[in-house]
Amino acid sequence: MQLNKNSMSKSKKTSQSVSRKKPKFIRSALSIATSTMLASVAPVVHAASDSTWEVDSAILFYSETDRITAVEPVVKVRKEIGEDEYVGFRIVADSLSGSSANGAIATNSAQTFTSPSGSSYTAATGETPLDPSFHDTRIALNGEWETPLSKAIKGIFSINASSEYDYESYGVAANISWDFNNRNTTLVTGLAYNSDTVKPVGGAPTGLNTMSATKTTQGSNLNKTVTDILFGVTQVVSRNTLMQFNYSHGEDDGYLTDPYKILSVLDNNGNLISGAGQYLYEKRPTTRSRNAVYWKTVHKFSEDVLHLSYRYYWDDWGLNSNTIDARYRYELGSGHYLQPHVRYYQQNQADFYHYNLVDGSTPQYASADYRLGDMTTTTFGIKYGIVLDKGQEFTARVESMKQSMGGSNQGPDVDAIILQLGYSLKF
Amino acid sequence: MKSISLLVLFSMISLSSGCSFTGVKPWERDVLAQKKMQLDTHPLDSYLDDHIYYSKENSSGGHGVGGGGCGCN
Repeated sequence: MQLNKNSMSKSKKTSQSVSRKKPKFIRSALSIATSTMLASVAPVVHAASDSTWEVDSAILFYSETDRITAVEPVVKVRKEIGEDEYVGFRIVADSLSGSSANGAIATNSAQTFTSPSGSSYTAATGETPLDPSFHDTRIALNGEWETPLSKAIKGIFSINASSEYDYESYGVAANISWDFNNRNTTLVTGLAYNSDTVKPVGGAPTGLNTMSATKTTQGSNLNKTVTDILFGVTQVVSRNTLMQFNYSHGEDDGYLTDPYKILSVLDNNGNLISGAGQYLYEKRPTTRSRNAVYWKTVHKFSEDVLHLSYRYYWDDWGLNSNTIDARYRYELGSGHYLQPHVRYYQQNQADFYHYNLVDGSTPQYASADYRLGDMTTTTFGIKYGIVLDKGQEFTARVESMKQSMGGSNQGPDVDAIILQLGYSLKF
Repeated sequence: MKSISLLVLFSMISLSSGCSFTGVKPWERDVLAQKKMQLDTHPLDSYLDDHIYYSKENSSGGHGVGGGGCGCN
């Protein structure tokens, strides 16, 4: 939603009126507590600025219990180069290491697997098999140009590129928004195209073939294209309420299989078969049509702001999901705020998801990747922020994420902690 | 079925809202102009969250397009 730049100065008046308001007891107590923790910082609320440079930075720490750990710093720089015209640049570097579930099930005896590079690893009795050789570093760049196309129409054009050891991605995107109805209604349309190359370690195994150090492959560089289109409308409902409704459609085409995932093959008694063919490489369709509808509302109460959204997603793999996200920004006064966050995600499995295969069955496609199965993800978090002078803002958030499996997906829960520090500046 | 019901409900609310809300006058935009009232107050938070959930779940889209891809194994 493009808001009138001239109205920005009015926010100062509102902030002043907010600060004059008699604080509630708990608000005051929390404010004192956080002010004490940051005693050396002198906050100034919503200072007006004629800055032409904006720098936004953050570092994310993500850690799963007994699995993946990731560190992801990101910096975005944006400069005003003309009347409502901006250029921006973003760089991200993320580093991943740890263990990733390979798709096989836990059994009542130790299991030995061949890693993609040809080495082997063992899962102990009763343990979900995790491939410990998972590590990667990814660099992602994004450039953006935002420009008015007319008095009421704005365009944002971007290019992006990312590279990691076994994956490359290059893309372009355009978003056009049109304000009308006295700028109370905005229509948005977006189009994005990505061309990706998958370069699996040891080559891409032929789907549903036996896991082996001498596997047959279907090549070492496989392509995938991703095209997305979005239509949306944003409506100013009242002085304190904004609402958005979007529909997006995506088409994926090419190599969509995860080259590192396998499936266990059991006999009719539920035991792992003996000999060759115990584990098969997964195989997914080569096309996917995705759809999503998204609704969001932003509402300001006396001082606090609620961000509430809902998304319904469905695709032709038979997978569908519901996502609800709520963030409540609780103003503590003097620029300090706390923002509790709750996110709930519920997913119904893809048609070709199997916890395991049964000996003799010959599915066209099959995957035991738990991310394609029935599951729910629940996230609880809290964020602390302080708005300082010269457009500076410091934020810190901690969140706890839990993924619980359901239906035929009998894998173990995945627990993760998310920590993030952020700092932004205008000059 | 439950999902479809929710979808229809939200669609009706949004569509009916779009038709009936008249919005505000230019001089009444003081609140809407505040950063905390923007649809995406902290784009880097959104970017990092998208990366996490794109890697750990199997749904995408809805709130925007573009931004790049990843292997995310």
